[in-house]
Amino acid sequence: MALDSQIPSGPLAQKWDKHRFDLKLVNPANKRKFEVLVVGSGLAGASAAASLAELGYQVKCFCFQDSPRRAHSIAAQGGINAAKNYQNDGDSIYRLFYDTIKGGDFRAREANVYRLAQLSGNIIDQCVAQGVPFAREYGGLLANRSFGGAQVSRTFYARGQTGQQLLLGAYQALCRQVSLGGVQMFPRTEMLDLVVINGHAKGLIARDLVSGQITAHAGDAVVLATGGYGNVFFLSTNAKGSNATAIWRAYKRGAFLANPCYTQIHPTCIPVSGEHQSKLTLMSESLRNDGRVWVPKRKEDCAKPPGSIPESDRDYYLERKYPSFGNLAPRDISSRAAKEVCDEGRGVGPGGMGVYLDFADAIKRLGINVIRERYGNLFDMYEKITGENAYEVPMRIYPAVHYTMGGTWVDYNLMSTIPGLFVLGEANFSDHGANRLGASALMQGLADGYFIIPYTIGHYFVTSKQPKPSTSQPEFKQAQQQVEAQLNRLLSIRGKRTALSLHRELGKLLWEKCGMARNEAGLKQALARIPELREEFWKNLTVTGDSAGINQALEYANRVADYMEFAELMCLDALHRRESCGGHFREEFQTPDHEAQRDDEHFAYVAAWEYKGPGQAPVLHKEPLVYEEVHMSTRSYK
Amino acid sequence: MNLTLKVWRQKDGQTPGRFETYEAKNVLEDMSFLEMLDVVNEELIERGQEPIAFDSDCREGICGMCSLVINGVPHGGHKGTATCQLHMRHFKDGQTITIEPWRAKAFPLLKDLIVNRSAFDRIIQAGGFVSVNTGGAPDGNALPVPKEAADRSMDAAACIGCGACVAACKNASAMLFVAAKVSHLNLLPQGHPEKDRRALAMVRQMDQEGFGACTVTGSCEAVCPKEISLSFIAKLNRDYGLAALKGK
Ligand SMILES: Cc1cc2nc3c(=O)[nH]c(=O)nc-3n(C[C@H](O)[C@H](O)[C@H](O)COP(=O)(O)OP(=O)(O)OC[C@H]3O[C@@H](n4cnc5c(N)ncnc54)[C@H](O)[C@@H]3O)c2cc1C
Repeated sequence: MALDSQIPSGPLAQKWDKHRFDLKLVNPANKRKFEVLVVGSGLAGASAAASLAELGYQVKCFCFQDSPRRAHSIAAQGGINAAKNYQNDGDSIYRLFYDTIKGGDFRAREANVYRLAQLSGNIIDQCVAQGVPFAREYGGLLANRSFGGAQVSRTFYARGQTGQQLLLGAYQALCRQVSLGGVQMFPRTEMLDLVVINGHAKGLIARDLVSGQITAHAGDAVVLATGGYGNVFFLSTNAKGSNATAIWRAYKRGAFLANPCYTQIHPTCIPVSGEHQSKLTLMSESLRNDGRVWVPKRKEDCAKPPGSIPESDRDYYLERKYPSFGNLAPRDISSRAAKEVCDEGRGVGPGGMGVYLDFADAIKRLGINVIRERYGNLFDMYEKITGENAYEVPMRIYPAVHYTMGGTWVDYNLMSTIPGLFVLGEANFSDHGANRLGASALMQGLADGYFIIPYTIGHYFVTSKQPKPSTSQPEFKQAQQQVEAQLNRLLSIRGKRTALSLHRELGKLLWEKCGMARNEAGLKQALARIPELREEFWKNLTVTGDSAGINQALEYANRVADYMEFAELMCLDALHRRESCGGHFREEFQTPDHEAQRDDEHFAYVAAWEYKGPGQAPVLHKEPLVYEEVHMSTRSYK
Repeated sequence: MNLTLKVWRQKDGQTPGRFETYEAKNVLEDMSFLEMLDVVNEELIERGQEPIAFDSDCREGICGMCSLVINGVPHGGHKGTATCQLHMRHFKDGQTITIEPWRAKAFPLLKDLIVNRSAFDRIIQAGGFVSVNTGGAPDGNALPVPKEAADRSMDAAACIGCGACVAACKNASAMLFVAAKVSHLNLLPQGHPEKDRRALAMVRQMDQEGFGACTVTGSCEAVCPKEISLSFIAKLNRDYGLAALKGK
């Protein structure tokens, strides 16, 4: 099967307009005849479900939390980008587009990224109209701040709770549609399989997490907006529940997975404190607007109190290495730089796995009140976790898994290789290439949900002309039986190890072999070890209870089962990509000054993997990345 | 440190519950409260016993999923702190800790420490939104909003919908939750056109869900992990009163 990205012809800046004109429309009176199953209620899912219902489609929306308002998007702190140029500092759609393409190390699809930049302004307008309380200047206009990888100030924010406020905006729009009858909401319901009929996505199998009942749902299209797979690493900044099950099960039903090895390690997280650690906490990148990152120049100074180390003995390594971007160098670069100084033995804090993020200068320059107003909640959060007051001593930070650029392969219409299956938000691979810039995920999720899927899904309905599915069809029965069989199998092993201990072991392996830096030998070791771990999982797992009623141990084990498979594809992808780009740093491929060395001649493509059955090697498909407008250059932030 | 836990266990909403006692050994100061429970649960599973069921997701105090009454106080009684952000350095070796679910008629218990808070969603569905469809919004800067109004609106919008306010209230009233949403939207010009309808509809839904009456004791504000101010209840009363007078 050849991948067709469906990128419209014509000049870059006109592609989306032209495409919207070319897309077929569903007559308003006919829209209510189509039923859409939206899995996920984060920014992407909630915005899609609400917008589709507003158009008149019948929507069912699913999430595993007790309320759609609790989707992981709620945790986003720093902000959302938009090319409004309100600051008159030279921003434009083209500049946001270019920064994003460059930030992604020229591994994203040009037309998608341009469209994203075009839609960015509409998102802000929409959110303001919904009553999102964005930060404002005294004159009443919207305020902005800067984020990594950009030299303009284009990030909109609501204190340190931007994700919360944007999600509440989308959630409220969703609630309005629930009250109007356009959306039926299924909280505490987890999708466990996709149903494909006649090659088209026509439904799903879900487990009611309260009753334990397995239910089948038929629809004319399925939209996955299920978030990222960062928790495959066990420790990440993601919410505990975030998981890979939906996109993995869709992969096994024929939806290609793209670039799974592109994972983002965020430079500013609170360092790990011990084995018991259940997750890592992000300290928003916005802190790097005012905080300065440093470590002691000499190893001997690392144990000294930071205040006692004079300026001349400090190494502000980001400012030194990247003078034009300084502390706002992109995430992949900042993370690797932190790893480098810690590997040299110059890290601080327990185990030497940390660097300082110091606000002393900013407090001197702006006063403590300004810093408190800008970042108060982050400083509070830091104090709760570490017991330290960051107004007085510098924060200690270390990189952690944060975001996954890879995901289900989708075309320009956000449709996967299974017709009728659309994938939005972090769950797809579409816009961030090999590295995502800060404040761009919120933008992408909302662009997908508010402004893209409402157009493209109608075209699918008009052109596909598929019969209405029904849950009595054998495909539903077969998928349901498969789901039930797997749950029973998990419950019947009755071995000795918990899902958590196996997950933690897998995560450690991935962090070491497929984390911030990768090499051939390490990846091969991981690829040898993962099948062993998976075997251990299926032989020696223990899950208490049964499949009726709430059983959190079962829910979790079922997700870990998928990580055990997902991890292998991730390492395979990392092994095959013999170049360094963005978050994918292969130690064998670096420049003399340790920067990522891309190989455009051989690797300027999207790697899309096709599932071939259990025990079979997946097949690689390549979507060449053709740049019509920009020139692939070496990414420099010096 | 070593701790004794008295934990509420209940199979489901129909079966009566009881306290069970567990020993939590070698608890470290740096652990969060939920990480301490994770460790207890691991041991339970290894012994073939069912782990304690509790809700949590983001574990950084923003999703509002976690919901434990710790030693009689929702979220454990540390200023501006949700259960998931509470760390064990606040406890002493040898201490006994009781852990219970939110208890309120409008939040039926599902299992152990997990309750059903869908009533909150239905209150928002009744009017906690601005009625705008996607598309057609004017430029974000077309409507200036005074900074004070935006800031105050944000203070209210910070509510995470956890329900601690209800759990703390002797009447299980949801006034602080409703007041926060009504204030968030009614304080902004975008929320003005539906100001009256919103206050009336949300209060009506709150009553229908079986939440109790507010007598302004302030226990809700005291336990709120986002420190939502009681003054928003005054604003809700005003908005509601005005709307009722207008007979809307
Ligand atoms: C701590 C943190 C801070 C961040 N800060 C920023 C920031 O400042 N700016 C920025 O741009 N980005 C930020 N990001 C990234 C951004 O928040 C996410 O990429 C984005 O919110 C993902 O949104 P989503 O809608 O794709 O998925 P999510 O918000 O993860 O939602 C997934 C939804 O899918 C549901 N779901 C998943 N699987 C299933 C299933 N099998 N069955 C049923 N339902 C399912 C879940 O219940 C949930 O509703 C941050 C991320 C983190 C972790």
